[in-house]
Amino acid sequence: MTADIVAWVLLLAVVAYACGGGVDYGAGFWDLLAGGADRGKRPRWLIDHAMAPVWEVNNVWLIFVLVIMWTGFPVFFQTVFTALWLPLALAAVGLVLRGAGFALRKPTRRLSERRIYGAVFAVSSLLTPFFLGAAVGAVASGRVAPGTTASADVWASTTSVLAGLLTVAATAFLGATFLTVDASRFDAPDLVGYFRLRVWVSLAVLGALALIGLAVTHQHTSHVYQGLTHGIGLVLVIVAAVAAAATGGLVAGPAAGWARYTSVASVALVVAAWGLAMRPYLVPTSLTVQEAAGADATLQWLMIVSLVALVLIGPALVMLYRLDTHGVLEPLTDKDIEE
Amino acid sequence: MMTATDVLANAPAQLLPARELMAFTLASHIMLVPFGVALPFITLLMHYRGLRKADPAALLLARRWSAVMAVQFAVGIITGTVLSFEFGLLWPGMMGRWGDVFGLGFGVEAWAFFLEAILIAIYLYGWRRLKPWTHFWLGVPLPLTALLGAFGIIAANSWMNTPQGFALDSTGNPVNVDVRSAVFTPMFGPEYWHFVVAMFLTAGYVVAGVYAVGWLRGRRDRYHRLGFCVPFTVAAILTPVQFMVGDATARAVFHKQPVKFAAMEIVWNTDTHVPEYMFGRLQEDGSIKGGLKIPQLDSILAGFSPSTQVTGLTSVAASDRPTTTQATIAHWAFDIMVTIAGLLILLALWYGWCWLRRRDLPRSRWFFRCAAVAGAASLLTVECGWITTEVGRQPWIVYQNMRVSDAVTPTHATSLWTMFGIVVVVYVLVFGAFLGVVLAMRRRWRLADVGFAHPLGGAPETDTPYGPRPELTTAGPKPAPPAEPGTGRAPGGPE
Ligand code: HDD
Ligand code: HEM
Ligand code: HEM
Repeated sequence: MTADIVAWVLLLAVVAYACGGGVDYGAGFWDLLAGGADRGKRPRWLIDHAMAPVWEVNNVWLIFVLVIMWTGFPVFFQTVFTALWLPLALAAVGLVLRGAGFALRKPTRRLSERRIYGAVFAVSSLLTPFFLGAAVGAVASGRVAPGTTASADVWASTTSVLAGLLTVAATAFLGATFLTVDASRFDAPDLVGYFRLRVWVSLAVLGALALIGLAVTHQHTSHVYQGLTHGIGLVLVIVAAVAAAATGGLVAGPAAGWARYTSVASVALVVAAWGLAMRPYLVPTSLTVQEAAGADATLQWLMIVSLVALVLIGPALVMLYRLDTHGVLEPLTDKDIEE
Repeated sequence: MMTATDVLANAPAQLLPARELMAFTLASHIMLVPFGVALPFITLLMHYRGLRKADPAALLLARRWSAVMAVQFAVGIITGTVLSFEFGLLWPGMMGRWGDVFGLGFGVEAWAFFLEAILIAIYLYGWRRLKPWTHFWLGVPLPLTALLGAFGIIAANSWMNTPQGFALDSTGNPVNVDVRSAVFTPMFGPEYWHFVVAMFLTAGYVVAGVYAVGWLRGRRDRYHRLGFCVPFTVAAILTPVQFMVGDATARAVFHKQPVKFAAMEIVWNTDTHVPEYMFGRLQEDGSIKGGLKIPQLDSILAGFSPSTQVTGLTSVAASDRPTTTQATIAHWAFDIMVTIAGLLILLALWYGWCWLRRRDLPRSRWFFRCAAVAGAASLLTVECGWITTEVGRQPWIVYQNMRVSDAVTPTHATSLWTMFGIVVVVYVLVFGAFLGVVLAMRRRWRLADVGFAHPLGGAPETDTPYGPRPELTTAGPKPAPPAEPGTGRAPGGPE
């Protein structure tokens, strides 16, 4: 019972990271494709401004996921990090490069250095979600089991690669949607159209990948496939698809602000559907939630900790996002710190 | 009896790279932690002063420090995230077996970081548009969240030193977990306070050191005076406190981790009237080469009397204690820590003395030279403290319950060495770039200061800090009034 609740908390944290982190990765993705220094100047300016105050906060969701994994489900953590050593190690290196690239680009003046930091930031924004997604795909594919050691065939499968690509496409979609809204918030009408187009493109790619995914996962991940194509899982997937399509429509209309919510809803619902499809396993079909669960006393405390987190962090988070979207948060200008 | 070489020969090949990687990434992360923990506090002090006395120089300092904080915080976060990954990538055995016993501290840490990240974002980006006092008060909880984060980390680390809060079943798995006693272990109290004081002290000396350098180069305006005095005073007050807390910590180690204490003091056989060695190297046969021997002192320090019995390394089997090399490393790290602590006390006394006598800073250039290196010395001390803690615990990852070699990942040593190489290169680049960015900021600010005749003299600060919102432009407006080479330093060309 407690284990189930903690598993839900874990899923929620994954959802939060997929959405919060996803928006940021997506922004990095479009930074990568923004073109040369001149052509990409405007979109990069917007990306910088939109991401700056919140990316660190979004990153903390990942820490939450890891902590809940090793405290609540120690064997699960051990299994995943042993079997999926390489993609996770690469994701960790990617996280460093991405954060450093972004954080260092802003206060740097020299164009050549800005270029390097920007390139590092953008490339790792692509690679990190890919490897994280591939790891998730490998777990879903059932190739991981307690005791599996690291080797390429655990994760270099079609399912993993597709999951990685899907993750990248989803982040691109989220990023483009948020940037479209940000563009109107920052009074940059030219960029509204620019990113709207990218919403549509990523939506199309996402749809195509999802269809291919459904076709191939059939063989590899029958347990998860079953869950995604039947019952409540199927309902969630359909609602997610509707929400994604609605996003595509909303960004073109006058109520573009709502597109943020629908895009987040679509990603959140897919992740939730995947979580449901995994039931009762954490690692299908070798490790159930109950088998992986840590000590009861710890799980109870973990619930308390999560509850406190919710009470403390919820309002703070709302305040941050409100201040941010109302334009109250603004970086110090050179003038502020130079005179 | 097993010799050190036997112990090493039994270790899996991936152990060495895993340890090197862990040590390297931790040692790098820990360099930023003093600033993560204490820079917000020091900045808020300055901020308060600026608001309270309507002091433009203090506000400028606070703004500049928060600009540095923005970059430092980001690098702290990413290097910390790597550590979380490494728990799984390097020590899955430890997390798999003990995660539910000691992991909760990290849960507290995670939400503390969460709050910290939120509040710091508001603080860093709130300068321009929030009301001054609102902005200040939103920053005030920051030091508390930092203390809470430290609580989580130190709870986990002190549990590894003195594990408790569980029983073992027949297969050696922990059962009957008692979370409260797993968090508040015997080493927790001493370690926590020693650590917290170390962080504030280090941040204080490092920040003050920057302005000590400026002072030495002849920049003796109010701005540099403030920038020096506020952090230096914080650090100077804490130095003697830290000496006493450290002493208590050492005695806690003596009681709770006797073998670690033996390594720190290179005590070979259990005995009374044990001499203290300053430095010196422990040999395989238990003799000590070099070093300064002070008769009886170790017993006296440990138990206030020469007849105190001190446990020696040979009290446990060779496979259960640090090797002689590890003992020597822990010993040197400990001695360097104590030596630097002693020197810092002298520096703090010098400062206190001049302040009491003349209400002024010491005049000697030597004082400022010493103050300029005090920051680096404190950082070195912090590293040494961690080496004492971690190397002194060897070969245990969970003291007397799990060996480092049982916790290590089964992943091939080659992969780990490759990862190690990549991480070293990435970290060198990231930390190099980080330093470069901070130094470039400093250069720009210095040029700006020189550019204005008396930037902080009488003229009231313009209304920018809490002023109107300027147009958002890609590059901020460059304030470039005609430069007047004020101090005679040639202003170098801007980049
Ligand atoms: C500026 C920093 C600083 C200063 C001046 C000192 N220390 Fe320290 N020390 C640390 C910074 C530190 C640290 C980095 O913060 C450590 C590492 C682990 C910890 O909790 O604190 C530490 C650990 C540490 C340990 C190991 C605890 C363990 O293994 O669990 C001992 C025994 C001492 N210290 C003792 C001292 C003594 C006797 C000092 C002075 C007389 C002293 N420290 C000054
Ligand atoms: C609770 C979390 C921690 C874990 C799981 C952990 C684990 C380890 C491990 C396995 C090693 C390698 C041991 C060896 O050298 O053989 C190590 C070394 C080290 N750790 Fe810890 N540690 C933790 C906390 C810390 C903290 C918080 C610090 C300070 C930042 C720290 C500082 C060090 C240092 C400096 C070394 C190097 C020791 C050496 O060179 O051998 N550790 N740690
Ligand atoms: C076992 C060792 C450690 C681990 C696993 C670890 C983990 C982390 C993680 C995951 C982050 C990023 C959190 C985020 O995303 O917001 C972080 C940053 C941070 N860590 Fe560490 N940490 C370790 C050692 C330490 C120690 C000994 C301290 C001392 C309190 C510390 C203090 C901080 C602080 C204050 C930050 C916030 C970033 C900053 O202010 O620079 N960490 N750490």
